[in-house]
Amino acid sequence: MRDKTVTITIDGKQVEAKAGQKIIEAADDAGIYIPRLCHHKDLPPRGHCRLCVVKVDGRPRSSCTIPVEEGMTIENDTEELNAHRRTVLEMMFVEGNHFCPSCETSGNCELQAEGYRLGMVVPKLPYIETHREVDATHPDIFINRDLCILCGRCVRASALQDGKTVFAFEGRGIEKVITVNAEHGLGETLMDVADAAAHVCPTGCLRTKRVGYSVPVGERKYDHNPIGSEIEQAASH
Amino acid sequence: MTTATQNGTRKIVINPVTRVEGHGKVTIQMDEDNHVTQARLHIIEFRGFERFVQGHFYWEVPVLVQRLCGICPVSHHLAASKACDMIVGADSLSPTAEKIRRLMHYGQTFQSHALHFYHLSSPDLLFGFDAPVAQRNVIGVIQAYPEVAKKAVLMRKFGQEVIKATAGKKIHGTGSIPGGVNKHLSQEDRDRLAAEVDTMLEWGVEGLKLCKDVTLASAEKLLPFGTFESNFLSIVREDGCLDLYDGNLRAKDADGKIIFDQVKPEDYLDVIREGVRNWSYMKFPFIHDRGQEKGWYRVGPLARINNCDFIDTPIAEEERQEFMALGKGRPIHATMAYHWARLIELVHSAEKMRELLADPDVLRGELTTTGERRDRGVAIIEAPRGTLIHDYEVDDNDQIRRGNLIVSTTHNNEAMNQAVRVVADQYLEGQAEISEGMLNSIEVGIRAYDPCLSCATHALGQMRLLVQLIGPDGTILDERTRG
Repeated sequence: MRDKTVTITIDGKQVEAKAGQKIIEAADDAGIYIPRLCHHKDLPPRGHCRLCVVKVDGRPRSSCTIPVEEGMTIENDTEELNAHRRTVLEMMFVEGNHFCPSCETSGNCELQAEGYRLGMVVPKLPYIETHREVDATHPDIFINRDLCILCGRCVRASALQDGKTVFAFEGRGIEKVITVNAEHGLGETLMDVADAAAHVCPTGCLRTKRVGYSVPVGERKYDHNPIGSEIEQAASH
Repeated sequence: MTTATQNGTRKIVINPVTRVEGHGKVTIQMDEDNHVTQARLHIIEFRGFERFVQGHFYWEVPVLVQRLCGICPVSHHLAASKACDMIVGADSLSPTAEKIRRLMHYGQTFQSHALHFYHLSSPDLLFGFDAPVAQRNVIGVIQAYPEVAKKAVLMRKFGQEVIKATAGKKIHGTGSIPGGVNKHLSQEDRDRLAAEVDTMLEWGVEGLKLCKDVTLASAEKLLPFGTFESNFLSIVREDGCLDLYDGNLRAKDADGKIIFDQVKPEDYLDVIREGVRNWSYMKFPFIHDRGQEKGWYRVGPLARINNCDFIDTPIAEEERQEFMALGKGRPIHATMAYHWARLIELVHSAEKMRELLADPDVLRGELTTTGERRDRGVAIIEAPRGTLIHDYEVDDNDQIRRGNLIVSTTHNNEAMNQAVRVVADQYLEGQAEISEGMLNSIEVGIRAYDPCLSCATHALGQMRLLVQLIGPDGTILDERTRG
């Protein structure tokens, strides 16, 4: 199956894709960036964040979970879809407590970077003013749940790459939070700073302690190039 | 904005006070015979940073607390970083880190002092306290003294460029981190700034001369204006030298006698207490031994120049000696001498920047150091407006458990109230009609202290002033609106 190729069209451009590939992977290979937050190249897709939704033959589908099929016509970088994406981003911003100006992840944050790329200026939705618990019990890693967007990357990385299942979701709807498999916090788990799960968070939620602000302004990941430009540039070489 | 009290006295309200950073109001009460019975500066904003740093990680604090202020955020950035140095056990920084932080601080002091003198205060000094309102502002300065105004703008710009080169951003940068800094100065930035610094020093000396000339030309009016005697507080270096970035506390009394000296930052609570009054959100600090009545003091440029034994840069030292000669062996107490002292510091900052920009350590070398972790960090820095104290306790999980900040303007609270009282006595006493110029005189007295009233709210250009004169029967006799 993987040996076969199919031809799809993304935003009017014909793209050769490997059969079985997800749409987002085929787009990456072709140098076309589809915005994403829960998707991570080393982890299986889950379709949580809805930022990568594209229109496949006129129907909205999450491009990280849908495999390519011969002749698919895909719309990605359209004003309609980008407007929906901005709304999705706004919901993430107002559901959490994202204070970019003093956040240590500012400049390296994928959520912030998607906001910039998609032109989200200021949320039009009302802030929920949430206050979720910070877990600082681990000597080297912290969880700032106010910054969690429930992407589940840490859940997948811990289970599938680290073999530890340190993280899980708890609660439903607006009450849903990331939790750990110990009664008194992350410090009681097997979590180690070298684990893959400690390095996949797209925001400032799950971070290594005592390294904040060590990268100067001007040298942070998204200071000069927008998120996705590495995918767009890789294909042009 | 004006009310009459029940016993028939008048209450004049200046709200907000203009050409200062932040929002405050003045109330002056006059009895039926037009005697001033009470004059107060009220700080009517509440910021609450001490509460909301709680629970944050200590390494966030230097970036978080600088949001107190858009005018001198570097002061908070560096004070919090110095407190964090103590927490991470970095008892001495690398030469590179120390010099880059100092460069950032002198850039900050230079631009802040330039802003205050030229943009906020020079209209009063150049045109007179009661000059027409249309002229008595920064636009008036641009029109009447275009060369001075242009230099003022470029001096601020230079200071801001120094901050950007060291902190990463002109406002609210991230350059200083616990135990050091996160970057060297780039060769390109060093060369660019070094090429301009001599001009900045030259212009600083010109500004100082302008301030001196204006003050001495009207010495009979300006030196007694809003003047009273007080104690003075600042940090000084171990050898008594002026040091804006680091040192130990020294206090002198009104005669210049030492009250205490070389008190380490972590022991500040042994010598300073904070009092509260029910009409202001700002506390009233005082020297513990002397009590609240006699222990209040002044901080800022005048206190620093009065307190230090010498300055380690040649031009500023020469100017200090000339300035101190005015006191004939006693400290200088004139409120308007703050401007003069401020410009001596502006020149000192330019001289210091010149030294540092010629130092190869800022281009290379170790950026951070650490040592044994502690659960408390206290630091004192001389912000442009005066002594700034940051004090934090940290728990085992690296989260801030308690924060205490005493900012420069808080130290000067009682002094500014004194200035309001003295100017009100000098200008309003016995007056049935209150002119706009008289009210501006009150503001001139406050403005000399360069207060940052809320440490974040800067409504320059948008502030309104409404003053009503209300007779004993409650009727409005006179009303003036500005802004």
